[in-house]
Amino acid sequence: MLFFSFFKTLIDEQVIVELKNDMSVRGTLKSVDQFLNIKLDDVSVVDEVKYPHLSAVKNVFIRGSVVRYVHLPGAVVDTALLEDATRKEAASQASKMGGR
Amino acid sequence: MENTDPSLLPSIIFTTAAQLVDCVDKKLLVVLRDGRKLIGILRSFDQYANLVLQETIERIIVESMYSDIQRGVYIVRGENVVLVGEIVSFTLFFGSVAFDLLLTYLNLKDPEKENSIPLREVSLDEIYAAQQDEIDNRRRRELTKNSKLIDIGFSIDTQQEDMY
Repeated sequence: MLFFSFFKTLIDEQVIVELKNDMSVRGTLKSVDQFLNIKLDDVSVVDEVKYPHLSAVKNVFIRGSVVRYVHLPGAVVDTALLEDATRKEAASQASKMGGR
Repeated sequence: MENTDPSLLPSIIFTTAAQLVDCVDKKLLVVLRDGRKLIGILRSFDQYANLVLQETIERIIVESMYSDIQRGVYIVRGENVVLVGEIVSFTLFFGSVAFDLLLTYLNLKDPEKENSIPLREVSLDEIYAAQQDEIDNRRRRELTKNSKLIDIGFSIDTQQEDMY
């Protein structure tokens, strides 16, 4: 669930989602769910000549399973906090395992 | 399954349901993993992004040409969905110049969204031929690339099948 929470902190930021078919979509992150399905607003396709069908589309729902990368603006990612959260998550996982 | 506790509502805000619920009864463009583009009205969906589309047309686009096929009702299995887009520009989809002018006049049209590549409707035969050409070209490129890779010592054991 860590990445789900992480993506929630990035809502309303400009991101570029690269799909497994090499298509990249730029837009404002509007929502994300537990499968990391992504909803973007004000989208534009990076290579519009190659993908003309998306020029009439304003917001998209992208299925998490087809996403390869999400390019984030570096300034909005607090890596120290993320590292901390990762350790906490790992620790809680370990304690859950130990409790069994 | 009877869960009416309102305190549980915040946890379902970030679900697939919440993301797609605004799209119900709207005209959507659905791109599938095999490269198909469907345009239809979303009538139902679930957490896997399984979709029910009504009055669906399949639009084949090759470069700047397109052609539509009437398809009817679709149930799309979620795993095949790449993206679902809400259609806003009416010009590309209804091709009405008068409507376009009206939208521009009312300032409803986002100039950024202006279709920079005007698509031209062609006959089905033409689009099938163009599509076949495109597939052949891609296959030829793939073969050339693979033989070059083999020449320098790579082994090719997968064929790229996803073409969306």
